Amino acid sequence: MDTFYVLLMAFVSIVVVNNLVFSKFLGICPYLGVSGRIDMAFGMGMAVTFVITLAGIMTWLIDHMILMPYGLEITRYVCFILVIAGAVQLVEMYLRKFFPPLYESFGIFLPLITTNCAILGLCLFLYVWGIDNFVQAAVLSFGAGIGFTLAICIMAGIREQLRFADVPKCLDGPPITLITAGLLALAFMGFAGMIK
Amino acid sequence: MADRTMTALDAVKGGLWTELPVLRLLLGMCPTLAVTTAVKPALTMGLSVLFVLFCSNIVVSFMRKLLKPHLRILMFTLTIATFVTIADLFLRAFVPRMSEMLGPYVPLIIVNCIIIARAEACASKNGIFVSAVDAISMGIGFTVVLCILAAVREMLAVGTVWDIPVLWKGFVPWAAMRMPVGAFITLGLMIGLVNFMTKTKAN
Repeated sequence: MDTFYVLLMAFVSIVVVNNLVFSKFLGICPYLGVSGRIDMAFGMGMAVTFVITLAGIMTWLIDHMILMPYGLEITRYVCFILVIAGAVQLVEMYLRKFFPPLYESFGIFLPLITTNCAILGLCLFLYVWGIDNFVQAAVLSFGAGIGFTLAICIMAGIREQLRFADVPKCLDGPPITLITAGLLALAFMGFAGMIK
Repeated sequence: MADRTMTALDAVKGGLWTELPVLRLLLGMCPTLAVTTAVKPALTMGLSVLFVLFCSNIVVSFMRKLLKPHLRILMFTLTIATFVTIADLFLRAFVPRMSEMLGPYVPLIIVNCIIIARAEACASKNGIFVSAVDAISMGIGFTVVLCILAAVREMLAVGTVWDIPVLWKGFVPWAAMRMPVGAFITLGLMIGLVNFMTKTKAN
């Protein structure tokens, strides 16, 4: 029961309190780029969740099974980015072969994910936070993806409404999106006291 | 944009104004937002990016004839990751306080879109000289924007710039500027301002 509680807390904290987009500024580029329509935003969110879970687990395993025991920490960044690029490539090939409809719906998002800072960011944060429990690392990775999906879907919903708003010419497009994101971040700060 | 006829002059103009990375192309947003709570970390970040961009542009330019299309991005990221490791170790050895403050945002330079975008758009198509000039001007453009953003935020959040008090005595600091809110809104307004300036110039 105790472990379950810890895992649940970890999940909630990464989804709302330490949301990667609003508190760590990770994944801002796709966040601004793909949040125009809600179905595309959801597709991107799902693709990220998928890859981030896989990459989080794989990099954690590599970090703890290979790099740390053999003192190869210096190659950590190179290894991580290779693992992520490889995971994305594998997922892409696997989906194209076995789940063509899913592959079609992810479309161009998959290759873009390699350079999504949320993925590498999460892998690095797992190390920075000193997570040494495998299950917890997996839950955190999955939660991070869900948090990203949540953030990008909220933003897409707002932007669909924003199209009918009378925004000053020079603020149209990315600037107003950033300002909206700021207000959302402010709202998400309300969760901050929830978990110690 | 960048094709074979690109000259060094174009590269300088592009990096410093017409293709200003953060404000025009909206590239490299994550570090921009995360490290601009004060001027010092922003400058450190800007210079690290400048270093990585310069080295990776040169290396990519050297190997541009050997690149296979499907392995291109992988080669770029590996090159960049190598130089980022160097920059990270350097920072950790010589400015440990800054390194601690920037934390994982230094390794995150690897996935900074500016560097990959320049490798793709410029270095893989142009000679070494043009690539180097392009890297320097893009890097300087990035650093300057970062520092301006950081200066605005630091000034409003704690009333100082580079740890030197600049505002009057009874100034009430806006705590929100230190937080993510301040980052998003300040950057939004800055991009709006640049759009406004470009538009008035065109009219």
